[in-house]
Amino acid sequence: MARVAVTVPASAKRGEIIEIKTLAAHVMETGFRRTQTGELVPRDIITDFVCTYNGVEVFRAKLHQAMAANPLIAFTTVATESGALQFKWTGDNGYLATHKAEIKVV
Amino acid sequence: MTSRRQFLALACGTLAARELHAQLDPNIQAKRKAALEAAISKVVGDAPLRVGKVKLDVPPLIDNGNTVPVSVTVDSPMTAAGYVKAIHVFSEKNPQPYVISAYLGPRAGRASVSTRARIADTGRVIAIAELSDGSYWSDSVSVVVTLSACLEDGLI
Repeated sequence: MARVAVTVPASAKRGEIIEIKTLAAHVMETGFRRTQTGELVPRDIITDFVCTYNGVEVFRAKLHQAMAANPLIAFTTVATESGALQFKWTGDNGYLATHKAEIKVV
Repeated sequence: MTSRRQFLALACGTLAARELHAQLDPNIQAKRKAALEAAISKVVGDAPLRVGKVKLDVPPLIDNGNTVPVSVTVDSPMTAAGYVKAIHVFSEKNPQPYVISAYLGPRAGRASVSTRARIADTGRVIAIAELSDGSYWSDSVSVVVTLSACLEDGLI
């Protein structure tokens, strides 16, 4: 149910800086909105994002309510070796989403 | 179709909510300012916060505050000797000031992060970069918001 979209180049030169774009489908309910009857809608957001490259953490982010719905995070990393990039999102109410992308470094 | 009963429930709810706000709100501006300063000092600590090195890119006029593209780039070689440890983004007028804290390292290659934020109201957006040598640099942009995020109940 947790849908994510990640773009990573399929191959890169060694030492090249690659751009990674990640998107997770999530409402990011702030906890400040009210229903028609005036009750607060409870907070439901993604709080943490981690990207590891062959098991080594290369990027981490803490998200807050002020992130837009379906949070997009774009960052860069250096292509060091062929392998896998692992992405993990965690959040309120036990939200967990993972994604794996392979990259070939020549 | 709204029945009379639903209408009354809604009206009572709205009035109750407004009543609650009337009790909470008189110093909202000061509270927001204090919250922002507290958030910044939590990141920076006692170190001086200098302006420069950071480039915060936010459109100056925002039609819809619910999705605002925000990108931050920091002037840094990104080598093991000198790199950006973290990039924090704050919004001045939101109910709580934090937007995102991104932690990177020399393996990022380039110190740049882009994302999309919710901006509640016309005010400043602030980006702070923490460098590996322990210095802090910031940049801020004043934005005008026509349709605000998170304020359907008039929190401001």
